[in-house]
Amino acid sequence: MTVTTATTAEDAPTPVSVTMTKALNQALRDSLSDDENVLVFGEDVGRLGGVFRVTEGLRKEFGPERVWDSPLAESGIVGTAIGMAMAGMRPVVEMQFDAYAYPAFEQIVSHVAKMRNRTKGKVSLPLTIRIPYAGDIGGVEHHSDSSEAYWCSTPGLTVVTPSNPADAYSLLRDSIASEDPVIFMEPKSRYWMKDELSLPVQTAPMDRAQVVRVGSDVTLLAYGPTVRTALAAAEEGAEHGLAIEVIDLRSLSPFDDETVSASVRKTTRAAIIHEAAQFGGYGAEVAARVTEANFTHLSAPILRITGFDVPYPSPKLEEYFLPTAERILDALESWDWEL
Amino acid sequence: MTIDVPTSRSHRSLPQLQPISFIGADGQPTGVPTDGLTIPSDRTLLGLYQKMVQVRRFEAQVTHLTRQGRLATYPSAAGQEAIEVGATTALAPGDWLFPTYRDSASLLTRGVPVTEILSAFRGDWHCGFDPNEYHTSPAATPLATQTLHATGYAMAAKLKGEDACTLTFLGDGASSEGDTHEAFNFASVWQTPTVFVLANNQYAISTPLREQSNATMLADRAAGYGMPGIRVDGNDIAAVFAAVTAALERARNGEGPTLIECLTYRMESHTNSDDPTKYRDAEEVEHWKQFDPIDRLEKHLRTARILDDATAADITASAEELATSVRDAMNTDAEVDPSELFAYVYANPRANLATQQEKLEAELATAAQP
Ligand SMILES: Cc1ncc(C[n+]2csc(CCOP(=O)(O)OP(=O)(O)O)c2C)c(N)n1
Ligand SMILES: [Mg+2]
Repeated sequence: MTVTTATTAEDAPTPVSVTMTKALNQALRDSLSDDENVLVFGEDVGRLGGVFRVTEGLRKEFGPERVWDSPLAESGIVGTAIGMAMAGMRPVVEMQFDAYAYPAFEQIVSHVAKMRNRTKGKVSLPLTIRIPYAGDIGGVEHHSDSSEAYWCSTPGLTVVTPSNPADAYSLLRDSIASEDPVIFMEPKSRYWMKDELSLPVQTAPMDRAQVVRVGSDVTLLAYGPTVRTALAAAEEGAEHGLAIEVIDLRSLSPFDDETVSASVRKTTRAAIIHEAAQFGGYGAEVAARVTEANFTHLSAPILRITGFDVPYPSPKLEEYFLPTAERILDALESWDWEL
Repeated sequence: MTIDVPTSRSHRSLPQLQPISFIGADGQPTGVPTDGLTIPSDRTLLGLYQKMVQVRRFEAQVTHLTRQGRLATYPSAAGQEAIEVGATTALAPGDWLFPTYRDSASLLTRGVPVTEILSAFRGDWHCGFDPNEYHTSPAATPLATQTLHATGYAMAAKLKGEDACTLTFLGDGASSEGDTHEAFNFASVWQTPTVFVLANNQYAISTPLREQSNATMLADRAAGYGMPGIRVDGNDIAAVFAAVTAALERARNGEGPTLIECLTYRMESHTNSDDPTKYRDAEEVEHWKQFDPIDRLEKHLRTARILDDATAADITASAEELATSVRDAMNTDAEVDPSELFAYVYANPRANLATQQEKLEAELATAAQP
């Protein structure tokens, strides 16, 4: 992955080990410093620094008028953020867990997504809704949902998700700076993932996918938590002589057709990997649109390697539910490779 | 360990049982305790009278045009003019209004041009006006959602140290929605300069108030959020105006939000496509006619010799002028441009929308060929 630092080579700080949580925290800190209209509020984001500590220290640094604990009501959090954005602020709100964003569904779908359109562009809502999502952390029920398909099927929303600390920083800064409202999905199981990097960092533009491993035989499309799984599969595939290209989608809506089509035309085979259930999931849209645009270049149908069509399971069963490198490689074997 | 027991409440706990009212249905002073509110001057009342006459004419004209098929649908506020006009007039120009589908009359009072007010009801996809120009949010149809926007806007104004207050309307039905309760709570915890004007017209489409809430009165709910709640006769514009003015003053002084329940009655059907005979009888509607907000103010103003026949005739004439302009505006078909479907969804342009727009334009070009 290409990472360019904002500073020049001479004064670039030496890279240090940074977790995704720390990168997100720094992105919020830098956004709060750069723009006095940026506000951070939500459940326990002030004194505690959020249940995942993403907002740690920010209340102390910027004061309770910029970073504060709100009453516990998600529709209230998003609904008031809309009013603040109408007044020229750039609120960044946290939904404590994926499934706890659902009380805010009406505000997000009926207002956040539509305000700009129904005011003919007169009122934009530059607000960012952070949603920790997905499983693989041994969470009890309601703590591991992948809700991206709901947001992606709503015109008016921008949906992004980082898979690594550098993107976490860069995408969050870009989301906060965006005039359009952004659903910013944070893969919980990657919060503690570390990378060597120096902040601030500017990675690829917010609406672009990234080729994170080059290969010529298959394209694996992954995002958020499944990028690491796809890379593991590619590593293992290489041992069996399979050159797997891995694309980190980063932006789920809009979808980077250009990067994906270029890769698929090269490899002629693709699979999409996500934790969410398969039926009506994000992978269905990806498979359909990539097929429509590249049908004559494809040697095989696009596969979806996803969670099962069941509610996200209990911690004891999640290992059977989550897509693994083995399951990916098994799925690839199902293709007729003679074609 | 001890638990602190409160020794007093931060505000008067529950509203008085009798709705605050200055001018009775007969145009005479009611003698009802007014909880510290003072009746507006007769000059102010004359101005409010004029606006109510205009608004009533507007509602009648638009309802008529809707029956003729010139609008897709229309929810009239006929009978509720005192709330629409009284509350909206109390606002300062810099304050922000967060209306609902029921509140076209408040937009008219706020100065939004007729064609812009009616744009969405004519079937267009946008709210019709520039919210920033009129300091007025697009009317919300998802019930109660706007109460949170009003709270958030007021919070931003407070954080920025600006003087702006917000006012939002909601109905008795909407008061059961979760967003209403979240807004009351957020506004009170944050002490935002927000006024909640609850137009209790006793029906949510067909559902009567007694099946909506078991509270003695809806204004009682304010107490649970640590916010002052009052109940006024929503057909007495003197009471509505005085209550909203006082609430805005409190808000501007940093004393937080207020809930004002205004008792009223919807004289028309819910929208033109509703059949009210299924849930309320003609006698009930007849009964409410005697509490008409305009009649009583007219009686009061004539008794006070503020309104004479000549002025009344002028006011009627100006309302007729407004009706004519509504008819004219609605007699021309609104121009729609299909390409606009794509123009405003995102600030950052999107390739998939551009492709779809091209396809639609090609379709239209083909269709246009002889
Ligand atoms: C969330 C939501 N649910 C249902 C509706 C459909 N609906 C529109 S108006 C209405 C009744 C509202 O009654 P009330 O709040 O008393 O206001 P009124 O129409 O009497 O002014 C309903 C159920 C809606 N607009 N929004
Ligand atoms: Mg009602």
